[in-house]
Amino acid sequence: MAQYVHKEHVENDINTTKPSLQEKVFPFLYRYGTLLVILLTVIGFSLANDKFLSYQNFTDILRSVSIITLLAIGVTISLIVGGFDLSVGSTASLATVTSAAALVLYRQETIIAILIPIAIGLLVGLLNSFFVVKVRLPDLLATLAVMYIINGLHLTFTKGFSIYNNMPLSEGGTAPGVFLPSFLFIGQGEIWSVPVPVIIMLIAVIVVHIILQQTRFGRLLYITGGNEEAARLSGVPVQRYKMYAYLLSAFFATLAGILLASRIGTGQVSAGAPLLMDGVAAAFIGFSVFGAGKPNVIGTFVGAVLIGILLNGLTMLNIPYYAQDIVKGSILIGALAFMYYEKKK
Amino acid sequence: MTILSLTSIQKSFGEQIVLKGVDFTVKSGEVHALLGANGAGKSTLMKILSGDYERDGGVITLNEKELIIKTPAHAKEAGIEMVVQEVDTALVSSLSIAENVTMNTFISGPAFFSWKKRYKVAQELLNRVGLHLDPALPLSHCSLAEKQLVLIAKAISRNISFIILDEPTAALSTKEAQHLFSVLRELQKQGVGIIYISHRLPEVMELSTRVTVLKDGYVTLQKETSDCSSEEIVRAMLGNELVELLNDEEDRILGATLLEAKHFSVPATNESVSFSVREGEIVGVAGLVGAGKTETARALFGADPSRDSIYMKGKKVRISNPQKAISAGIGFVPEERRKEGILVDYNVIENLTLPVLKQFTKFGFIQRKREKTEAEKWIKQLGIKTQKSSLLLNHLSGGNQQKASIGKWLLTDGDVFIFDEPTKGIDVGAKQDVFQCIKNLAANKKGILYFTSEIQELLAFCDRILIMYDGKIAGELNKHEATTEKIMHYATGGHYGTVRS
Repeated sequence: MAQYVHKEHVENDINTTKPSLQEKVFPFLYRYGTLLVILLTVIGFSLANDKFLSYQNFTDILRSVSIITLLAIGVTISLIVGGFDLSVGSTASLATVTSAAALVLYRQETIIAILIPIAIGLLVGLLNSFFVVKVRLPDLLATLAVMYIINGLHLTFTKGFSIYNNMPLSEGGTAPGVFLPSFLFIGQGEIWSVPVPVIIMLIAVIVVHIILQQTRFGRLLYITGGNEEAARLSGVPVQRYKMYAYLLSAFFATLAGILLASRIGTGQVSAGAPLLMDGVAAAFIGFSVFGAGKPNVIGTFVGAVLIGILLNGLTMLNIPYYAQDIVKGSILIGALAFMYYEKKK
Repeated sequence: MTILSLTSIQKSFGEQIVLKGVDFTVKSGEVHALLGANGAGKSTLMKILSGDYERDGGVITLNEKELIIKTPAHAKEAGIEMVVQEVDTALVSSLSIAENVTMNTFISGPAFFSWKKRYKVAQELLNRVGLHLDPALPLSHCSLAEKQLVLIAKAISRNISFIILDEPTAALSTKEAQHLFSVLRELQKQGVGIIYISHRLPEVMELSTRVTVLKDGYVTLQKETSDCSSEEIVRAMLGNELVELLNDEEDRILGATLLEAKHFSVPATNESVSFSVREGEIVGVAGLVGAGKTETARALFGADPSRDSIYMKGKKVRISNPQKAISAGIGFVPEERRKEGILVDYNVIENLTLPVLKQFTKFGFIQRKREKTEAEKWIKQLGIKTQKSSLLLNHLSGGNQQKASIGKWLLTDGDVFIFDEPTKGIDVGAKQDVFQCIKNLAANKKGILYFTSEIQELLAFCDRILIMYDGKIAGELNKHEATTEKIMHYATGGHYGTVRS
């Protein structure tokens, strides 16, 4: 076989012989920048407030990010196949309201109050995949439309009112059911002084991480997003994998919604809406963790934790909540700027 | 009478000299055909004339006055317009036909231009090219042929003296092409000089008054069309390279028929093809750009599925998607390597094992060690030059990427392998490796379908050559009778005589 040296290789060799300071620092920041930011924020907040670095506060932070993380896992999976699911926020709202309605209005058991929202959530996932895969609408537009529809549906169902224990009914009297203790345990309970939502979140992160990294299913999800046409011509049923991604995304949004209902003990309307943006931010910050450069669950978890730490610490420092968004935005820009700068090179 | 002449034009890109002193003259009222094989320098010459590229040397004169053409605006000022091959790149599909036709008024017209007046102007221009459409319609309503006429209408909205058409009939039907010719003849009567680039000999013979043939950056023929035959033109296009690469191998032993297509319709070309491939046979499919090779290859693999079935080892199968093709034992190396063949952001192992990932999966989990061992075996066998098997494909050279694109099908152990321009953009060494790989497949009793426009490659190692023209298989030659001339004869539609069928 013919011998030949390719040009790129030669140039690479020249580059590696004399790395400048910039060439050493940038890759390091690219890989570990996000973790460094977390470390610096923790140190900063600890110095500013001695109550920050305690077990109690630590579990508080994790508890507060657990719902966002679950939602963000869904967003991450939709990003992996090259899509984008904007409907996760309203799907979470829908799940919150349906599980509350099952308990309070229809006096159902806890297991029913979990299964019904999941079934409805999967229907939303099917609706998304129908528009994206069959009708071939662009992801953003299809899920935006579904977001509005789901939002309207759950508000119509509740007539705009939240669902709570002993609420008065329009036909007179009060609601027959209550939030059962076993349901509230999901969001408020603790096992060996670890909050249950944190346990659920950690299990979800680990299981999804293993599925994405070690199984054929996970590999093909990534491949579908990597180059849909090449994947299709290699025999990957890309349409089916896109559908799976939207089903999973809706499933995790539903989990987040159920957790939210049991955490606050009411069926708050539109409760999931503010979660969407935090979930998307966490997923995108996750791109930069360990220099992955692509959506990944561990990164998403780190991103959610970073947002949680910032919110917690800034609240402790009495920074008003509306100013905290400035910090969130800056962190997101920082993480993404590094990633795209590095990619362009 | 206006005379535009280019004298000893030179142009090189980096080390590669594309034009080595070309003389070319057009007079008003003539149709001057410009021909040449792929890479002869036709497009470069025309891009210099239309101001897309700047020439390295040579003179352009208009009526013996020197012209400075450095930008497209300069060319337009001199009355030179170009109708590019990809019409969509020169038009705005979201605007109306009227706005597209009168585009020039946006650049150098009054700030306010009433719609009534715009429609009137557009209608007049459309009438001149024989296009009877409502100018208020959006351009996206137009067919490809109509867009081409819109582009010509746009060109003649100014007072032009010369128009360049690059392969205008490549995607047109016979009827549409005839209409285009009548429009061009009308322009010719009005005294416009037309430069007509084409691969298709019959239409060149029919339409043009003069012919210039380029080969490797030189002019090899310049004559009145009435004085030359199509054989003379083909010879000028191929030059002295008529010495054939001899097929140095003995006849391969061919086995039973593997794949057979009987009146298999190709959706993208609306034509049907019939052919077969036998065990151990390399069947070359020749054809110039636009002959329908890629479309046929994609239909066979189910990438753009056909409604017809094919026969695999005598069994009727309908390939409705790529998965069906793979399970029927077909592999496909697509033309656009980076877009369709490989995943550049994934490593060599992941790329190679993709079609057969199931083999390395147990209870849904990928057995990475086994996957790596198997992939590394193939990396060695294929001669993929990579520092380690976990390197992203993006960091490999084009030739090595192509080997990965081919290699993944070797793991599937299929029966028939379809290659679409597998040597596009790879260097000589890698080409040899690719050829060797294909020969090995044939030696292992696989059937090969090799689609390419590189005739030398076909002559070098195909058992049989099919030649496509206009979506149909125009001719078939076995390796003993095949010559470059004969292939070009069919590929340029020469078998139709001088009239386009």
